[in-house]
Parts: sequence; structure tokens; C-alpha cells
Amino acid sequence: MIHEPEVLIIGGGPAGLSAARQAVKAGCKTTLIDDAFDLGGQLVKQTHKFFGSEMEYAGVRGIKIPEILLDEIKDDSNFEYLLRTSATGYYEDGVVTALYENNEMLKFKPKKLIIATGASENTIPFVNNDLPGVYGAGAVQTLMNVYGVKPGEMGLMIGAGNIGLIVSYQLKQAGVDVAAVVEAAPKVGGYWVHASKIARLGIPIKTRTTILEAIGKEKVEGSRIASVDENWQPIPGTEQTINCDFICLAVGLYPLSDIFHLAKCEMKYVPELGGEVPVRDWEMKTTIEDIYVAGDAGGIEEASSAMIEGALAGLSAANALGKEPEDYNNVKCQLINELSELRCGPVGDHIRCGLAQCSMEDENES
Amino acid sequence: MNPNIENSGIPSKEQIERTLPSKERREKGPYVVIECWQKIPCNPCVKACPFGVIQPMEDINDLPVTDIDKCTGCGLCISLCPGLAIFVIDETYGEEDQALVMIPHEFVPIPKKGDLVQALDRQGNYICDAQVVRTTQNKSNTTVVHLLIPREFILDVRAIKP
Repeated sequence: MIHEPEVLIIGGGPAGLSAARQAVKAGCKTTLIDDAFDLGGQLVKQTHKFFGSEMEYAGVRGIKIPEILLDEIKDDSNFEYLLRTSATGYYEDGVVTALYENNEMLKFKPKKLIIATGASENTIPFVNNDLPGVYGAGAVQTLMNVYGVKPGEMGLMIGAGNIGLIVSYQLKQAGVDVAAVVEAAPKVGGYWVHASKIARLGIPIKTRTTILEAIGKEKVEGSRIASVDENWQPIPGTEQTINCDFICLAVGLYPLSDIFHLAKCEMKYVPELGGEVPVRDWEMKTTIEDIYVAGDAGGIEEASSAMIEGALAGLSAANALGKEPEDYNNVKCQLINELSELRCGPVGDHIRCGLAQCSMEDENES
Repeated sequence: MNPNIENSGIPSKEQIERTLPSKERREKGPYVVIECWQKIPCNPCVKACPFGVIQPMEDINDLPVTDIDKCTGCGLCISLCPGLAIFVIDETYGEEDQALVMIPHEFVPIPKKGDLVQALDRQGNYICDAQVVRTTQNKSNTTVVHLLIPREFILDVRAIKP
């Protein structure tokens, strides 16, 4: 049997949920699939208050946002969602295949497809990086904030971007010590306020420093770090041993773009956005008619912009289906404006530079 | 060495001193200090303030600007700032050599009125003992802890040991 929703959304994170909300409110029969046990994507692990605009729930803790996004549509008969459902393929005839609970193959042939698959974590090479006790930051957050399990007693955080800083803070909240945050770049990559929060807790941030090795036989029992020079090479004689029982990698994310490739969307490698991303227009439509992108799948950014992109994608898809969402042009312009406001500051430099490389039309034209 | 916020999260002495209002204003009663030095897209503080102290932003990346004479020291902004970057100081509180510092706190157990806690500076160093005068909470779940401390440390105390 082939399911034929008007809109199929792959991914139930901030972008996918926002897309669903707009599409359902506009009256589209919408199905959302997600491979996790709960809706919300990474939001379910984010115990901190969000930044961004009040309009995108700044000041609200991430874990509270899924229910807010779902509130208006959860009882709508046009909306259904399937959890533990992994999208596995996209075929020439527009059929999306998905594996439900690891045993049942589902087929969808939607009129519009919104891909909001999010991102995956980068790793870095160092000696023994396969030892038990070397985690990605997402895994640490899942253990700690979803399942209530401590990843260890004393961690070493690699990476001083927002994720490394926030997870260090959350570790402390969970009663786990953090020996240090090491960062190869000369400056903190995340927001200074996050850096200040962990500095106040006595966690040192060591910039221009890298991890050389994880020490231990069966599991992590420590780590060796060293300062790096201008060419990012370890400086001999600066090696230091850090006492820790786990190492947490927060060294960036890359967009999960497999389905765009299967659908033969035009792709571009954009380092500023974390990897290969689909070329898109300002309605979030890719180069393949009927396929839209939203959120980190289209470039690594923040949850607030993912929510706006999702809303844009959902709205555009609904409009293309002839549903004439209420006040369509105004709402669309407002969303596009909010996006450019979020991105217009100095911390948005790389995003603007990245988007310029994969956007089909000029922002000013829309 | 004067710290550099860009690589440590710890502001310089000059940055800290610039957060303080005039001497006259400080003698009048409680006032807010905002330790927000980076242009990031964030604006909840503007709406958080019921007295219009934190001025509307033209650009969401703007740094907060205050009309400090309107500040009552209510501390609502402390609990709503996502960056935990807002504090309130009251140099008119307590004895001659004492002052009140209000800080955001997100650890359990939540300290109780009357508790004696260890006050920390921006690098997590122990500064002095502090008495918890009051704690307030709202929907944000960030507790605001009111600390009675020696007045000489108003520019140092920004956290308590969890």
C-alpha cells in the first residue's frame, strides 16, 4: 500500500515540526516521520533557555518547545506522525520508502516533500579515539538529559563552540565535573555568555589547544593535550596529562543530505554551512520541484532559524498545493525578514556567506 | 594578566567597570548590571523588564541599553536572560559595609533563605561567604538568589558554589 499524504515531512525536530504546523494549519493532509522515540529532534535534550527572538520562543527552554509547536495541530485530523520510522530511500517516481520499527517497510508518495533531517556530528582523529568513553556531545546529552545516566565522573570537552560550552554547563548541572574545555582555535567559537557561565563554575577554557590521545586500555582513563601553533600543529614540550574518565567531542556538525542526493537535487559543498547542502530558493524549495529543505539539513545553524525555515517550507508547500494559506504573502515576508534579522549580526557572518553560495535568487528580490 | 573574554569567557576589568551606573545612582538603590558584550541575535531581556529599563532594540543583534533611573532592582530580567548575563546590585542594602547581589542560579538543591553559601567570582574562585536573603523563581526555572555580601566584593561575586 502506498500512503499518499499531500505533504510528507522527514524529521520531527524544530524545522520539521514548524513545517508541519504551517502545512496542517493551511489544511494540508500532512504526515511527519522521525526515526526517534519522541518528537522534537535535538530539542528534547536542550535544557537551557533559547536565544534568538521572542517570536521563536527565545527565553524558553528547548525541551518545552516541541509541545508548543505541536499544540495547535496535535488533534488535527489532517496531521499524523510516525515515530521510530527511518526514511531509507527516494525513487524516481517520487516514492519515499521508510522502515517502521525496524521491521515494516512503508511507502509514501507525497505531493510535496519537506526534508528536515538535521545533522550529524563530526569527529576528529587522535590516538585511541575509539576507546569506550569517547562520546559525541549529542550522545552525552542523550544519556544525561533524556535517560538520566551520567556519562562519567570527570569529562574533558573538546570544542568551545556553543554545543561544547552548553554541554559542559549541563554536565555540571548533572553533578559531573569537567576538567577543561579545549579548543584548537585562538578564540571561543560559541557565545561569550555561554563561556562566562562555565568560567564562573571554575571550568577552564584552553584555546589554541588540541587533544593528542585518549589514555586507557579498556576505557578512557585520561587524556593528553598540547598547545598548537599558528598552523594548528602541536607544539613539542607543551603536552599535558588531563585526568578524566570520559572525553566529549563537540567539534561541529554536518548536514544529513542523503535524501537530497537520492532525489538528485543540485548540491553544493559549502564549508560555512558544514558540508554538502541543497541549492534552494527563498521559499526553501530545492532544484527539484516538490522537494523542500528546512533546518540543519540545509546548513548548520541554530534552532531558531531552523524553526523559521521550517515554517517557510511548510507555508510554501501549502501554497504550491493551492491551499492559499491565510495572509500568505505577508506571513512569508515576515518570516524571511525574521531570518535575515537573526543572521544580520557579526555571529551570522559565516551563515550569510554560506547561504550566498547556495541560494537561487537574491534575498532582495523576494 | 587582564583576561580576554574572547578566549576565556572572563571579561576584562575595564569591561566590568563599564557596567556600573554613576556613583549618585548607585547610592540611590538597586540597579541592574548587564554583562552582555557580544552582538548575538537575542532579545528576551527587552520584554522581560516591566519598567522599560531595557530599551527596545532596532536590530535583534544589538547590545542591551538601559535607562537605569527606571530600574527598581526587581530581578525579573535576571531570570529571563538566556545567557545568565544579568545581575542586580543594591549597595543601600544592609549595614554600611554590606551589599546585596542578585545572581541567576540553575543548580539543585536550590539554596534557601538563611543558608550560608560560598560566593564565587567569574573564574569560579572562592571570594567570600554569603548569606542567602531570598530566592525567587518564575516560569523560566532560573532561580534568582539574593546574596548578602561584604560591599567590597560587589564587582566580584557572580556565582555561588553549586
